[in-house]
Amino acid sequence: MTFSFWSRQKRDRELNEELQSHLKMAAQDRTDRGESPEEARLAAQKELGNVGLIREVTREMWGGASLDRLMQDLRFGARMLVKSPGFTIVAVLTLALGIGANAALFSVVNGVLFKPLPYPQSEKLVWLGESKPNFATGSISYPNFRDWQKDNHTFSGMAIYRSYNFNLLGVGEAEQLRARFISSEFFSVLGVSPVAGRTFAPGEDEIGRAPIVMISEGLWRRKFNASPEALGKSINLDGKGYVVVGVTPANFDFSGLFRDIDIYAPIGQWNNPLLPNRGAGLGVHGVGRLKAEATLEQARADMAQLSSHLAAAYADTNKGIGAALRPLKQTMVGEVRVLLLVLLAAVGFVLLIACVNVANLMLARAAARTREFAVRAALGAGRARLVRQLLTESLLLACAAGTLGLLLAGWGTQAAVGLLGQGLPRASEVHLDGRALLFTAAISLGCGIFFGLAPALKTGARNLHDTLKEGGRGESGTRHRAQGILVIVEMAMALVLLISAGLMVRSLTTLWSVNPGFDSHDVITFGVALPPSMRSASPDGIRAALRGVDRQLAAVPGVQSISLSWGAVPLSGDDEDLFWIEGRPKPESDNDKLWSLSYVVEENYLKVMGIPLERGRFFTAQDNENSSHVVVVDDCFAKQYFPGEDPIGQHIFLDNKGGRAEIIGIVSHVKQWGLDSDDKESLRAELYFPFMQLPDQAMQLSGGGTGVIARYDPRAATIGDSLRTGVKGLGDDYVMSKSQTMDEIISDSLASQRFSMAVLGIFAVIALALASVGIYGVISYLVQQRTQEIGVRVALGAKRGDVLRLVLGEGMKMAVAGVAIGLVAAFGLTRLMASLLYGVSATDPLTFTIVAFLLTTVALAACYIPARRAMRVDPMVALRYE
Amino acid sequence: MKPRYQNRIELLQGTLDLLILQTLRWGPQHGYGISNAIRANSGDVLQVDTGSLYPALHRLERQKWIAADWKVSENKQRVRVYRLTAGGQKQLESERSRWEQVSEAIAGVLNPGRKESEA
Repeated sequence: MTFSFWSRQKRDRELNEELQSHLKMAAQDRTDRGESPEEARLAAQKELGNVGLIREVTREMWGGASLDRLMQDLRFGARMLVKSPGFTIVAVLTLALGIGANAALFSVVNGVLFKPLPYPQSEKLVWLGESKPNFATGSISYPNFRDWQKDNHTFSGMAIYRSYNFNLLGVGEAEQLRARFISSEFFSVLGVSPVAGRTFAPGEDEIGRAPIVMISEGLWRRKFNASPEALGKSINLDGKGYVVVGVTPANFDFSGLFRDIDIYAPIGQWNNPLLPNRGAGLGVHGVGRLKAEATLEQARADMAQLSSHLAAAYADTNKGIGAALRPLKQTMVGEVRVLLLVLLAAVGFVLLIACVNVANLMLARAAARTREFAVRAALGAGRARLVRQLLTESLLLACAAGTLGLLLAGWGTQAAVGLLGQGLPRASEVHLDGRALLFTAAISLGCGIFFGLAPALKTGARNLHDTLKEGGRGESGTRHRAQGILVIVEMAMALVLLISAGLMVRSLTTLWSVNPGFDSHDVITFGVALPPSMRSASPDGIRAALRGVDRQLAAVPGVQSISLSWGAVPLSGDDEDLFWIEGRPKPESDNDKLWSLSYVVEENYLKVMGIPLERGRFFTAQDNENSSHVVVVDDCFAKQYFPGEDPIGQHIFLDNKGGRAEIIGIVSHVKQWGLDSDDKESLRAELYFPFMQLPDQAMQLSGGGTGVIARYDPRAATIGDSLRTGVKGLGDDYVMSKSQTMDEIISDSLASQRFSMAVLGIFAVIALALASVGIYGVISYLVQQRTQEIGVRVALGAKRGDVLRLVLGEGMKMAVAGVAIGLVAAFGLTRLMASLLYGVSATDPLTFTIVAFLLTTVALAACYIPARRAMRVDPMVALRYE
Repeated sequence: MKPRYQNRIELLQGTLDLLILQTLRWGPQHGYGISNAIRANSGDVLQVDTGSLYPALHRLERQKWIAADWKVSENKQRVRVYRLTAGGQKQLESERSRWEQVSEAIAGVLNPGRKESEA
């Protein structure tokens, strides 16, 4: 039998009336017997006893009383919390911080790591690449893909994709759009349907078919007002008409890899002459869907067999080439996994510390309330009831903190996504959702029980009779021990966090001071595309047009030097060339050829990038289409391929760059792969090739979009705008793509390290603050409890210094124990973050020492305040205090 | 130290129920009347504590052995009057017989000789 809250209230009123009528009747009987009305009333009241208590006991008879008791406990709990606002605010804020940080980080981890990819049966999706001697996950060649597609037994579908930039002309202002070349099955493999029109039919993706495209919903709205008539229309991309056949959904994001892709075109439309070449590495990767009954292992075996057949059939291109298969999600999430898990562990520590702190506060409060509990118990509240009351209070606190924490989390999640930016895959999928809410609710309740239970049980277990006799001062010893243990735990956890943060700071400072091999300041890069009308021009025509671009941009105010750039760009995009060395045996197949990173630049490149020339000479304007081919190499190239020899004057054969070329100079190595990872890469040799010596085919391709790198005067504030005006000055159909400074590129490349340092740093500071508050609280409590003892000591002749030492000693015992435990824990735990570190060991003794010293000092400072208070205890006052 | 009232209820549980049900056999009565009746009928030996009486009344009501209505007494006062229900009647009978068994058994224990001779 349950009652609604209101009907219970009515019953309660009635019970009260019933008892009052009892009282009146009893009093009436007494006056009838001759007592005075006043006497009668008092006597009747005395006979009836404690009305409140009778009501409470009677109410318990009503059944469904747990709800009623809960309401009562809640009301009482809320009253108690409001009565001590200081405690409540500190506790709620502390917890809210912990809960909010946890919920925010959980949202990120959930969105990135836990949630399945937003495709049907996404666990069946596999990312594909070719494994090559130099690349574990290299590019797939078009002919190999076709064979894979035809002959595999484990995939229900397989597709390839390749990024590209298209210039859209004739619809409003000319603009550069991010595009992907895809094979027909791309959307069906992922299980994504177009919002309008259709996807590409099988065969439409082959070389030589009619040009068609799918456009994004965003572009469809922006340029065509989402009109259905856009379908079937032809749009001008790079001067060629493509018929729009479908529109891709706005929320379609190939999980962070495809950002704002506006155009999807069949791979066969790529006018790259190397596309049909079985040995070409063109940055093409694949995605496949496993058959329902097939596992990844089976698919690997299947593809391995297929690869060995291909290697036998096409030895010159496919020897040593295998298939690389990885779950799609693993590829998307990549290296962020370790980082996020480390941060989640760290934030868990912060929450634990927050809980420990609040538990300590609760313990201290419980001490102050001992008398209250004893009185309540004497009035008939059972032990279970008292424990429940305390738990209700802590849960109330936790819920308030959880609500506040959720607000913090909403903000924190946004901040985290913003801070990680491009470094975070699947960022668009990160938000506070049901799961995060559930998580927050669960940790709030968990916290409430965790920090509420210990004080509650301790209070409940005490002998009330003794407590009443002692006036609520007794047993400070056991309580102090419990608090002491909590503080030690807190110190240990704070130390682990501080050390993690310290290691990150050391890594990042090391990274920042790493010389990238070039001067990244005041360098800007962007792309320029010639008007389509010029692209069918002769190679000489294109050279002339590009020289015009050079001249025009070099004259832009603020530009100091400028170079066209094709191929690799440091820290941003890589490109490789295969070659062999004259005078050594000519390789029989591509697989026996040598590899190098390849930069195609102009004579001013070294000046723009500030790369030092080590020996020989760099290009001049005379190294052009009319002179013999030359290359410049870096010192890694020299060491790797000409050990003990002088490369200058030697000749190499570059198959894709017009054949024989002479090495004329050596420059310093540039950290192509990033400040941290470059040293670990196997392919580090770099070669530079003069732009104007590009073979005709490549020259014609470069008209569709070539990179430009410029060094500018740092006083030219709006260099990007000036350059854009400069490009516009060449003609309306010239397109300039988004510019980025080299500093931005470097800074982006360190985004995840900066993020983890910032977050760990924030956590560590919070932990440090909480732990100091914790030790301060306990020592203050201790001093207060022992005021009398201290007074006696002073009265008996103890010096102030002795008192100070006594109190500080207590604090130091806890701090040292905490630091010792923390050092051991950190020694074991920081290994887990080794992959995030650079140039510093996970057990770096310097960091460990400094942090241990720092924490001990802060703890000592926190103890010093109450210690001073103890020192000033006046023995007379202390003794009278009783 | 256990709360006083709860101790008392436990001690009297069953017995107090029996006394209340028995009292209500003579007709509907309010709480104060019930406590007076028990005291008078026991020759002032049994003093029913209000702290036990009202919880017991409300428990019996919840078990549907008695029912309650608000009425106006002779001195124009609103009182809650309890009456025995059909279920309460049955309960009273079974409790009575149980009580008799128990008191017989206790009597047997207190006077073992007599019991033996009877057997």
